[in-house]
Amino acid sequence: MFRKLDQDTGSSLTVHVDGHPVLAIAGESVAAVLLRQAPFWARTTPVSGARRAPYCMMGVCFDCLAVVDGVSSVQTCLAPVREGMRIERQQGRPDVTS
Amino acid sequence: MSRRVDLLIVGAGPAGMSAAVVAKRHGLDVLVVDEQPSPGGQIWRNIETVAATARADLLGKAYAEGAAVVRQFRASGVDYEPGTQVWYVEAGARAFLRRGGSASSVAADRVLLATGAQERPVPFPGWTLPGVMTVGAAQIVLKSSGQVPDKPVWIAGSGPLPLLYAVQLLQAGGQIAGFLDTTPPGRAVAAMVALPAALFGAPGDLLKGLGWIIRLRRQVPCVRHVAEIEAIGEHGLESIRYVTTDGRAATVPADLLLVHEGLVPTIHPTLALGCRHVWNSEQDSFAPELDGWGETSERHVFVAGDGAGIGGARAACLRGELAALRITASTGRLSEVAAEAFAKPIRSRLADALSPRAFLDRYYRPRPAVFVPPDHTIACRCEEVRVATIREQVSASRPGPNQVKAFTRAGMGPCQGRQCGYTVAHVLAAAEGRAVPDLGLYRVRPPLKPVTLGELAALDMMDSVP
Repeated sequence: MFRKLDQDTGSSLTVHVDGHPVLAIAGESVAAVLLRQAPFWARTTPVSGARRAPYCMMGVCFDCLAVVDGVSSVQTCLAPVREGMRIERQQGRPDVTS
Repeated sequence: MSRRVDLLIVGAGPAGMSAAVVAKRHGLDVLVVDEQPSPGGQIWRNIETVAATARADLLGKAYAEGAAVVRQFRASGVDYEPGTQVWYVEAGARAFLRRGGSASSVAADRVLLATGAQERPVPFPGWTLPGVMTVGAAQIVLKSSGQVPDKPVWIAGSGPLPLLYAVQLLQAGGQIAGFLDTTPPGRAVAAMVALPAALFGAPGDLLKGLGWIIRLRRQVPCVRHVAEIEAIGEHGLESIRYVTTDGRAATVPADLLLVHEGLVPTIHPTLALGCRHVWNSEQDSFAPELDGWGETSERHVFVAGDGAGIGGARAACLRGELAALRITASTGRLSEVAAEAFAKPIRSRLADALSPRAFLDRYYRPRPAVFVPPDHTIACRCEEVRVATIREQVSASRPGPNQVKAFTRAGMGPCQGRQCGYTVAHVLAAAEGRAVPDLGLYRVRPPLKPVTLGELAALDMMDSVP
């Protein structure tokens, strides 16, 4: 859905989205990575199961929630990427024990 | 361990940073907390990294101006904690924070809420589909991640931001499929009375905006007076249907739609604190009631920046400085007379910075469907409650937002009404023949942001002992 501009500099690192290795740039948010990684959604809703993607990118809408390193319902637009991070799209109701 | 500071500032955008620098200069012990990983707020997002790169050129001069403010902020020596969410502020004052998976609290003699604004929610059928985002979100992605839509994008909305982003996107080599201008007809006439003040106070701003409009009309297919929008698709956006005020309709294939209808102040923290709020009819939003320094109806609780009413970055910096002067004076570290003397030139610059506001507010006042969308529109994104369901609650008892919240769950999801509060109020007002200011918004309770039981359990209760 989005692509990186060529001019981008910064050290690259690898994160895993649903198990697939993906290149990311230090300092960017997990949500920004999800916006260039098909399929373009972050979670399904607990109510109807509809897909949602990052919407506001500033911590207001909570549609970018995903499971990050085993922690569910992380606001991925506020979470900077880290080397080796495991990102999973969140299905429905979050696991309250994680 | 108990922490105590003279001044807690929530938000490291233009207002928070400027206030911190002034308060620190006068000897206050200042703590600044912010949700984002780096200072600058949304307007100057990621400026420290971007300032020296080619991306700064395409983002423009107003963005680059942030670098100096952030440098001053960093050099001031205030305590700054990024990546920190405030989930409650209680009168007195004590703030409860969460950072890196643990909760803590800090006691502060004075609190400045510099929490800025959010984009006005723009509900329309299909607005929850993946492939629909706000213009602000796309701009944040450009600033913080250096990325642009990979296919021609549709932009729909009204206000300076869609124009600015469209120009930035073209500059970056992005493509725009079409620009759906939702500014209703007649707005230019309505705004004319405020034009002289804008021209006199900030001629550069208006010229800049005019330049954007001219460039867009030359380079991008523009459709004016769009009154209705619908996003269509099964699991994601596939097409957009739009209708203009004179009845022209079209359905076009679309991969990504960006929407924007102005900004509204962030008022969750002041609502939770029980501060008095007033209805700003020019900006169709609530704002905390403030004195000339930014103090709310709650003693020692201040608001500066767009949270006080939308005014832009320059005004936010100045409002931050004013609040910091008053806060400093209230601690006795600065005399009232000296504070007033420092404030005088700042007030005059603030008036200049705010001079285009009345013109912009009138010109870009949103179309009616932004406030009361069609019945099948989802009003509450979190709980997926439709406008029709809200309307069905209307009865002889004329319920307000809090009753409707209890009956329908609208406003009970993780965003806590940030996306549906105004919609519910407007739908009820229209159906009950009342005014939004009389209905008000949801009652806001802590936690302002979701906090886990684990984080709560780890909260050191010794913190609560003053």
